[in-house]
Amino acid sequence: MRAATGNVQKEYLLRTLSFCVLTLVVNILLILFSFRFRSDHSVSLLGFGKLGSIPIRTATAILILGCIGLAGSIAPLVKRLKVEVNVTFYITATGVVSALILWAAVGSIFDMVGLVALSLRLSTPIVLGAMAGMLCERTGVVNIAIEGMMLTAACVGFAATVYLNSLWLGLLCAILAGSVMAALHAFLSVSMITDQIVSGTVINILAVGLTGFIRRSFLVKAKLSRTAILPIISIPLLSKIPILGTIFFTNQPIVFFMMILVVLLTIAFFKTRWGLRTRAIGEHPEAADTVGINVFRMKYLNVMLGGAVAGLAGAWFSLETTGSFDDMMTNGKGFIALAAMIFGKWHPVGAFIGGLIFGFSDALQIIFQIKNIPIPFQFLWMMPYLITMIVLAGVIGKSTPPAADGEPYIKR
Amino acid sequence: MNLLKKLDKEWYRKLLLPLLAIITALAIGAVIIAASGASVIDAYQGLIEGAFGKPRAIAETLVVTTPYILTGLAVAFGFKCGLFNIGVEGQLYAGAVSAAFVGYAVKGLPVFIHLPLAMLVGVLGGAVWGAIPGYLKAKTGGHEVINTIMMNHIMLRLTDYLVKNPMLDPTASIPRTAYIEKTAYLPKIIPAFRLHWGFFIALAAVFAVYFILYKTTVGFEIRTVGHNQSAARYAGMNVTKNFILAMAVSGGLAGLAGANEVLGLNYYLPASFISGYGFDAIAIALLAKSNPFAIIPSALLWASLRNGAGLMQIRAGISIDLVNIIQACVIMFIAAPAIIRWIYRIKAVKAEGGMILTKGWGKA
Amino acid sequence: MPAVGVDTNDELLSLRGIVKAFPGVLANDHIDFALRKGQIHTLLGENGAGKTTLVNILYGLYTPDEGEIRINGRTAHIKQPSDALSFGIGMVHQHFMLIPIMSVTENIILGNETTKYGFINRQKAKDKIRSLAQQYHFDLDPDALVRDLPIGSQQRVEIIKALYREAEILILDEPTAVLTTQETGELFSILRSMKDEGKSIIFISHKLKEVLEISDVITVLRNGKVVGSVKPDDTDEQQLASMMVGREVILQVEKQKMIRGAAVLKVGNLRVNDQRGLCAVNGVSFEVHEGEIFGIAGVQGNGQTELIQALTGLTPFQTGKISINNNGVSGMNPREVTVLGTAHIPEDRQQYGLVLPYPVRDNLILCSYYAAPFSRHHVFDFPSITSEATRLLEEYDIKAPGIHTITDTLSGGNQQKTVVARELAREIKLLIASQPTRGLDVGSIEYIHKKIVEARDNRCAVLLVSTELDEIMSLADTVAVMYKGEIVKTIPVEEATKEKLGLLMAGIDA
Ligand SMILES: Nc1ncnc2c1ncn2[C@@H]1O[C@H](COP(=O)(O)OP(=O)(O)O)[C@@H](O)[C@H]1O
Ligand SMILES: [Mg+2]
Repeated sequence: MRAATGNVQKEYLLRTLSFCVLTLVVNILLILFSFRFRSDHSVSLLGFGKLGSIPIRTATAILILGCIGLAGSIAPLVKRLKVEVNVTFYITATGVVSALILWAAVGSIFDMVGLVALSLRLSTPIVLGAMAGMLCERTGVVNIAIEGMMLTAACVGFAATVYLNSLWLGLLCAILAGSVMAALHAFLSVSMITDQIVSGTVINILAVGLTGFIRRSFLVKAKLSRTAILPIISIPLLSKIPILGTIFFTNQPIVFFMMILVVLLTIAFFKTRWGLRTRAIGEHPEAADTVGINVFRMKYLNVMLGGAVAGLAGAWFSLETTGSFDDMMTNGKGFIALAAMIFGKWHPVGAFIGGLIFGFSDALQIIFQIKNIPIPFQFLWMMPYLITMIVLAGVIGKSTPPAADGEPYIKR
Repeated sequence: MNLLKKLDKEWYRKLLLPLLAIITALAIGAVIIAASGASVIDAYQGLIEGAFGKPRAIAETLVVTTPYILTGLAVAFGFKCGLFNIGVEGQLYAGAVSAAFVGYAVKGLPVFIHLPLAMLVGVLGGAVWGAIPGYLKAKTGGHEVINTIMMNHIMLRLTDYLVKNPMLDPTASIPRTAYIEKTAYLPKIIPAFRLHWGFFIALAAVFAVYFILYKTTVGFEIRTVGHNQSAARYAGMNVTKNFILAMAVSGGLAGLAGANEVLGLNYYLPASFISGYGFDAIAIALLAKSNPFAIIPSALLWASLRNGAGLMQIRAGISIDLVNIIQACVIMFIAAPAIIRWIYRIKAVKAEGGMILTKGWGKA
Repeated sequence: MPAVGVDTNDELLSLRGIVKAFPGVLANDHIDFALRKGQIHTLLGENGAGKTTLVNILYGLYTPDEGEIRINGRTAHIKQPSDALSFGIGMVHQHFMLIPIMSVTENIILGNETTKYGFINRQKAKDKIRSLAQQYHFDLDPDALVRDLPIGSQQRVEIIKALYREAEILILDEPTAVLTTQETGELFSILRSMKDEGKSIIFISHKLKEVLEISDVITVLRNGKVVGSVKPDDTDEQQLASMMVGREVILQVEKQKMIRGAAVLKVGNLRVNDQRGLCAVNGVSFEVHEGEIFGIAGVQGNGQTELIQALTGLTPFQTGKISINNNGVSGMNPREVTVLGTAHIPEDRQQYGLVLPYPVRDNLILCSYYAAPFSRHHVFDFPSITSEATRLLEEYDIKAPGIHTITDTLSGGNQQKTVVARELAREIKLLIASQPTRGLDVGSIEYIHKKIVEARDNRCAVLLVSTELDEIMSLADTVAVMYKGEIVKTIPVEEATKEKLGLLMAGIDA
């Protein structure tokens, strides 16, 4: 008889080891990278709005980051320290990002407040999309059609703005368009018991066709190809707070809606009757049914609410950012939103943090392009998609979806 | 005799729903055409003539059918293993880039080595790009739908970078790779037309996929995993291996489609190369209910819609996007046959067997 | 037939001529049933008799094809559970309708929340739950998560759920199936005090002894029909059994005396974790010999599933040793374990044992497709597959139109026979059978029992896991009882009595 250890441990060890080796290499590269700045005594300037800027010796700072990362990548191998590999991942990722910022800040001031503000702005459609996904999945309906709902809403919102000549009516129409598409998803997946992934795909394809058709048949012929965008609003008093005022209280309306919704949904999910019932259906629809809850009605309601939120996210593209509509302008953000939702473990606050990370990587890419950092911009563009894949791979730790997520509820 | 009758009836049943789905979708298209003030007859006549009106039109339709068959097969193969490969577009690029590289960078080989080599590398490129999400699915539970979409975006950027930097032909006026060597050309079937031997390769692939899926233990394992992972594990099958294998084969088929396009049609790879084949492929596979042979008519239908759309636009002034709407309606009706049954009052047959896809976002 | 208890004067609830057909089965065939106030009325019947279907109709989960429900003498239209709730009907389902990750309070108030401006008032609910628990003399922590509670307590959550809604009629569908003897006693005292409060109870079971103990009236169902109603004082186990099964004898397996050979399966100090990483099998050791049926009894959820999964290579184990015919099993996958000569009848035939959309033919070669004669160089040899499948279909009496019939369309018994045929067709040295007859009809049960004994008589070592004491007692040569991941005791079947095993299953080694 052979002694048994089971292969659970082996797999765990292999995972830990490969992670450590990977981060080790990255951090050694980081340390080597720091020598680039040694010779010319570069100084990075990090700006903090009106508070002024902080000069940092680039070479030293990156060296320190690399060394911390190095220590972090060895730590999981020492059993007694009890460091998980995802901690290693976070340390290294933070190190690399900080090093890139320091690099970009060499010579000219790097506006940190601007970076965070831009991140928040760019995270808006992702966080909204994630909350739309959450509304659906908490009632057990998987929604990969967030992308299509956003695209439709962006298009319809813009068209309505052009024809009705009002941004706010346009916004309303965008929200309605989102929930109409969602109603179709609910009809297909709840009533027709179509596979929810297939139903989502149908809607995504339909959205591409529909918006392309509307654009080429109507919008191109319309007089306006570009409208105004939703105005920036400064909250009195609060916007005067240094740094925080700029980041949180001086924004366009949809950014505000997003932040309000995060708070509102958190309360609604966990403190109200609606929330309890919604979560119950997502976990065990039959149990909800046996206590007299109308499962179908709740599913329709929540999927359509989700569509409305996705519609708001869609309006962000056309009405709050460009003031125009382009084919496929949502660019995969709807799928990234799902990753943010998973990252946030189906919790609005978690999704907010997840969305911010994506917004941050988007913001970095834009700023790096402006600052002409010599990294091929295609690779910077890839970042959010790569991060999404890493998130899905469970590097962030286990994230358990609602138990009945994706399962159709069939009443006999 | 009795058996034959029964068989006939089943064939009829199997065909009825897809046909009604197509007809209903075309009817919806007609309503949209009429609503936007154009002539339905002109539009649909244009559509048909654009696709089949002249020998050249037919040849062109078959040119488009070729990648549709291959990418449709790719998606269908994934479905058989319970996997939804939305990454066919990216895998097609991977194949195209790899084949193009071998096509222009390797010089001095005879045709019978260079051409197969370029195709093989194209297939491999697609297979690797497909296998990655397969691996992630098997090992981490990361859902292949999201991962393949992300890899589409990454591949789009990667090809853009490659074609504009290391693979750029500096003498060209547009950003593109150099022309491939003549030894890597896929020959034309009829000299004056663009239709090439890739069409027959695609047909051969249909038979190959059918054989693998239904006549070999490899296909049996893939289908078993697709139906019931627990039972597959119980029967001693390796679920991880089969996920990766199915995605690799699926990606390989897509890669073959990409290689075909470069080696048989364009002879170089341009930087902006959005084919759209990958997304239509999903619809083609759904319409064919993942049956390898049904992929052929299904691909032909899609190709004729795509090819006829141009003339439809000219004749009736209807945007070609209408075709996308019609297509979306077709798969909607295919995916939710209850709608069609309700419209035409057809009774449901028991055990029709819906699509079984893997559920959930990750390992719970 | 004017049965006892159908007294039209003071009946609280009555069902008249209820008919419900499912594809291929008439689950309820003109059923009449009446419940009086303050009565415990038992529905007795074997698996598939139609008991669950009947109460699901009463609770609004199924719509009957025909028939009428009357409550307090008036026709009641019950279309959905909320209607039943409004008539004061509460139900404890066979499979609990609880949400594991939610607290006891959340589970109980769900659908019946007291709110203020839309916000849930938890404190008030908790107080009410505590006082209800006190009233019936048991402990329940309203803040505990349901998944952390033992099965017995989860059942109490279900009962409180009904009482919280002020149910006057309580339906309990096979509540004792998941309980130990002791817990059953505690449940019965709760039921009696509820009866004293004037509540009426519909109790479902197929266990004769307890039915006689608790009931006021017993209505027996068989094949969807009412066989008759009796009072416990006027009947005995023998009569009830024959009403239930439709013939005189109770299941008894004929079998020769054991001739024990060498040890085939050796398990030493085995520890296995469940999916959540908690210890499910905790240091189990035993041996199964040639020509022996080794039965493992125990209430469901005491580590049997994880034990079997570890033995068959489906799940890795933490520490310990498993050897089959002196080959260590550590790190082996299911295929390698099979090749050692193991056959496995899995506890969940639909999830593990069969690919339902496949034709029977494919399921019959599911574990041997990869080798000759069924395939060579990865290519199938269909003629030999067809002839083998046809042979098995006949030999094992699988009632299917042909080998190309889709497995999903077969009845449960024939599906299980397909699994048994496939597993026993191989050259085997060890048979691992887990709940081999769960939910099957009597004919199939008898057939499968016969096949298991046959395997033993052919010098195969058999490991049988079952929660049915009758099955263990009639098949096993040696009986082990599992409780909380450990084997409490191993005894020869001759020394085992139902009472003794019942106590052992509750972890009490008297
Ligand atoms: N939802 C269903 N669909 C099809 N058949 C069912 C369904 N529920 C029960 N049956 C069938 O109806 C019969 C009675 O089942 P059930 O009422 O569960 O019996 P019991 O509770 O007495 O064991 C069985 O043959 C069973 O297979
Ligand atoms: Mg039952």
